[in-house]
Amino acid sequence: MRRLGWLNLPLWLTYVFLYVPIAVLVVMSFNASKTPFTWTGFSTRWYGELMSNELIREGFVNTMIVAIGATVLATVLGTLLAIGLNRYFRSALLEAYSLAPAIIPDLALAIGLLAFFALIGVTLGLHTVLLAHVVFGMAFVAAVVLARLGHTDPSLEEASRDLGAGPVSTFMRITVPSLMPAIVAGALLVFTLSLDEFVIAFFTNGPSTPTLPIVIYSMVRFGVTPEINALAALLLLVSFTVVISAQRITKLTDAL
Amino acid sequence: MTDERPALLSIRGLSKRFGDTLAVDDVSIDIRPNEFFALLGPSGCGKTTLLRSIAGFEQPDTGTITMPAEDGRPEVDLCALPPERRPINLMFQSYALFPHMSVEKNIAYGLQREGLSKDEIRGRVTEVLETVDLTGKAKARPNQLSGGQRQRVALARAIVKRPRLLLLDEPLSALDRKVRAEMQLELKRLQHEVGITFVVVTHDQEEAMSMADRIAVMSQGRVEQLDTPVDLYQRPATTFVADFIGSSNAFHGERTTQGVSVPGLGDLPGIRVGEERPGAAVLVVRPEDVQLVDDGPALLSGTVIETQFFGGRSTVAIDVPGHDDPVRATAPGASSLQRGSAVRLTWAADKGVVLSPGG
Repeated sequence: MRRLGWLNLPLWLTYVFLYVPIAVLVVMSFNASKTPFTWTGFSTRWYGELMSNELIREGFVNTMIVAIGATVLATVLGTLLAIGLNRYFRSALLEAYSLAPAIIPDLALAIGLLAFFALIGVTLGLHTVLLAHVVFGMAFVAAVVLARLGHTDPSLEEASRDLGAGPVSTFMRITVPSLMPAIVAGALLVFTLSLDEFVIAFFTNGPSTPTLPIVIYSMVRFGVTPEINALAALLLLVSFTVVISAQRITKLTDAL
Repeated sequence: MTDERPALLSIRGLSKRFGDTLAVDDVSIDIRPNEFFALLGPSGCGKTTLLRSIAGFEQPDTGTITMPAEDGRPEVDLCALPPERRPINLMFQSYALFPHMSVEKNIAYGLQREGLSKDEIRGRVTEVLETVDLTGKAKARPNQLSGGQRQRVALARAIVKRPRLLLLDEPLSALDRKVRAEMQLELKRLQHEVGITFVVVTHDQEEAMSMADRIAVMSQGRVEQLDTPVDLYQRPATTFVADFIGSSNAFHGERTTQGVSVPGLGDLPGIRVGEERPGAAVLVVRPEDVQLVDDGPALLSGTVIETQFFGGRSTVAIDVPGHDDPVRATAPGASSLQRGSAVRLTWAADKGVVLSPGG
């Protein structure tokens, strides 16, 4: 095949457009200068300062509590939701409703949840953020697991029963393991989404427990510091790691 | 043909309805110990529903499935037991191998559920892997195996439990033609070797004929005929069976004492099977029983439309005036008949079978 040299240009321009801002961010996080936009020399100083920043550390801990808690709850509930829908309903409409929280605008979900929490008289705090993240996280897990269930042989469970396993044993030994790649992929997805979720956390959080995105937002209001660059670079690292592992696990899914 | 041994499995008056369709309609069958039994019929005839009722995945609306008392064992009412407690195993059409387990773990799964010791499980898994000739594949995952190997793993996983009855749902349908022929022999050999009663569901009449000791031909939820392969072929009880198993020539007319009187063709000889009902009747003759004669008495005469050569035999299609469909006759070897040549046909009286139409 003849290579169409100049037709590759738009492709490379697209990649430049996508990745130059990220590259600039990472490079500038190692900048020694106090102003974030002029390069004066290499330094890891801002990473050090980041570690000693009390506000950021607190935000990070809060974010981890929400992300891990929401991931665990959303994964369990989302998986059960998917299995229940697949086994007992097989209704396209019900499936669509279960996936809606993943699609409707964050703002609508945030305002709705805020109104709901106010209605039932719950004080806002980390627990309300966590619950809010479970709402959309569950939808993502259910979507991934439902897709996997769509091409799982329904006679696997019957085979297990036929070979002498009761319903509970079958669920634990056959149903869950054969869905495991999808469950793990869904969990990683929820974790990355929860990690940098801003809108819903901003609406459903109390004043004393800011999550990391909220901390960053309030810091940026007084100007972008090199510290923020370093923090963003670290978050990038976490997200990349999680997304790449999710992809590898999804590949394992196809091998099964 | 009667067999006085007590049945291993006894199905009585079984019916199962799905919505408006009666999938299984008042079926009664006795399955004998150590026989190779086939449920044969076109798709949607209820054979799979019947099989799933025996395995415990469908609950029949009416009727019973029991294992009669035998050798000190009490009678077992299967319908009262969940699938995991029935002394029966099913080999699924898709094989349903557990994708996240190796071959040996798949096979050990059923034994572990019985709570057997590790040593006994290891011994029985090794033994069954030898039986199905898969010793080298113990550590492989199902997705690393060929279709034929997967089928043998599924079989091993079922027989390692030493069930009293093994059900096989379309066991060969996922295999290509050549492997299928090998596995037919293999299944038959294994059935003798392990001494387990096999009940196989299939829509392939050749498969059923070549493997089974007895066949129940099903149509629209009912058992049309239950017989040995040879009797099914030579003495079909209904026109459905005659049509479904092998090919046949059918002549519609009025029943007489000697056969069937067909308008325009005269009296054609045949023997009666089953009940005597005066009136309309169908005479069925297999193509290989139709003889082409040069001289002497003949029943029909016509002209050759075409001849087809199949290697060991040829089929001649003959247009007989007064009969709508061409009459087919099979002759061994190649046929020298040319299209358009005049031929005369006959058959021995005991080769024609007289049936009631639409039955």
